[in-house]
Amino acid sequence: MYNRGAWKYAVPAFIPLVLLSVVPLSQAIWTSFTDNVAGFNVKVSFIGLDNFQRLLGDKLFWASFKIGIIWAVSVTLLALVLGFGLALLLNQKLRFLGIMRVLSLVPWAMPPVIVAIMWNLLLRPTSGPIDGILEFFHVPGAKTDWLGDFNTAFPTVILIGAWVAMPIITVSILAAIQGIPMDMIEAATIDGANAWQRFRFITVPAVRAITTALVALNIIWNFSSFGLVFVLTAGGPGGKTFVPALFAYNEAFKYGNFGYAASMGVVMALAIVLMLGVYLKASKREDTQR
Amino acid sequence: MSIPVAAEKKKRKYYLIPTYFAVICYVLFLGFPFLWMFTTSLKSPLELLQLDQSFIPKGFYWQNYQDIMEKRGLLNSAKNSTIIALATTVITTIFAVPAGYAIARLRKVFSGAATGWILVSQVFPVSLVIIPLFMAVRRVGLLDTIWGLILVYLVAALPFALWMLKGYVASIPMDLEEAGAMDGASSFQILRRIVFPLLLPGIVATALFTFLNSWNEFFFALVLIQSPEHETLPLTLARFMGSEGQVLLGPLAAGAFLATIPSLLIFGIMQRKLASGLLAGAVKG
Repeated sequence: MYNRGAWKYAVPAFIPLVLLSVVPLSQAIWTSFTDNVAGFNVKVSFIGLDNFQRLLGDKLFWASFKIGIIWAVSVTLLALVLGFGLALLLNQKLRFLGIMRVLSLVPWAMPPVIVAIMWNLLLRPTSGPIDGILEFFHVPGAKTDWLGDFNTAFPTVILIGAWVAMPIITVSILAAIQGIPMDMIEAATIDGANAWQRFRFITVPAVRAITTALVALNIIWNFSSFGLVFVLTAGGPGGKTFVPALFAYNEAFKYGNFGYAASMGVVMALAIVLMLGVYLKASKREDTQR
Repeated sequence: MSIPVAAEKKKRKYYLIPTYFAVICYVLFLGFPFLWMFTTSLKSPLELLQLDQSFIPKGFYWQNYQDIMEKRGLLNSAKNSTIIALATTVITTIFAVPAGYAIARLRKVFSGAATGWILVSQVFPVSLVIIPLFMAVRRVGLLDTIWGLILVYLVAALPFALWMLKGYVASIPMDLEEAGAMDGASSFQILRRIVFPLLLPGIVATALFTFLNSWNEFFFALVLIQSPEHETLPLTLARFMGSEGQVLLGPLAAGAFLATIPSLLIFGIMQRKLASGLLAGAVKG
């Protein structure tokens, strides 16, 4: 520690951080133990674990919770596979690479609400261009109301979620691949390693650390994501895409049950911590095994 | 992966067909939606009514852009979004730069606690934090105001800005500061003269990232803003989508395209930096 005065610089940021981040979060957790409802001058009282007990028996919430987990995991995995593939392509010496690099960033750069609006328009039944293209090629399933149909709504929303999540994965994995020293690949080639072996024993280990971080971050972001689904389907049709963030939002700002909604948030946070714990432990074990 | 080894080169030709097929699929998947939106924004209402539309518009119907800007109040929303994103960025940067430095250089115990808190705050869903924030903002009378939203965005942006900056500071060699201290520089001089210039690219990346997140943000704005004159860009556009969007396809596409331009510009400049900065903290630990 050569800069002894360094701690002083943390003070101006920690005051707002504590006031605006630590306090509200603690308050949110506290709210989950109360019967707080919307409105002015409402008397709030501590009701212990009542909210959680009620939540335990709330079938609708657990249905939504399950949707949230499927959503977070599917979006993350699909985006990882697609993003990895794109990163490998971008690493080749191919034509049109410049335009692909730019295109690969477009979904990331677009505001989530615009993404939702755009896909909504693209997927309009009969008059939207996607159904138009499918019809042109006589693909069965043209004229489907992709976002309104019970069977297709959730997979469609997941695909759009992956479209949004792809760029950050692509760029980070590409950076990791390009960080592999050239002579390592050359040496492997001279030793007779084929393309698959080079991929398996050089590329995959090189991107392992970044992939673990990406998966963890994406699960956190997606499990509590809200804007995309809100504008795309608002949870419909028939609750098929009713992610838990949306559920908690409705509970708080539609029905005014702040306390109950806060307990949902606490359960979601615990679920994320649990999922991350299991995932990070598993990936660590895999690391030590090799 | 592409080394011109003679035997390999011959074999690689066969790979090219599926490779380019994959390239085309990716280009369509990633690029078509955005291009379609742009061409739609240039079509006249008459053309948009036709069943057999071509991808390329028949003419340039700039009226859509004028329509959305002037008649639909999008100009005002764009102004709000700009003010909010700029203010959030400036305030966040002023707070986060010295604090990020302190976290990176403090003794392990403090920096560990700070980093732990940053991670915890990322794990909690916004739908949880929004309730006390909503009540707090209402209590201080800032509900449905631009300043209320800036305050909330500051809360949302600060942890992640600290996280990014901490990563950048950690990559600056400590020897330089040591040398400065030996030459008798005060702690502020070390920060100002040695750390700051080296940190500048990282600060720019953090600031742009903060700007982008505030510009794109939807959830907090939805909860905290009620009157149309205080709406941000995403709010106004989402409202069009619901109510009249299906009818006003051209202007809606124009507005969506305009709202994307600032983000695209920032990304064009920053692509590499953003990705490495975002994950610097995660990988270096």
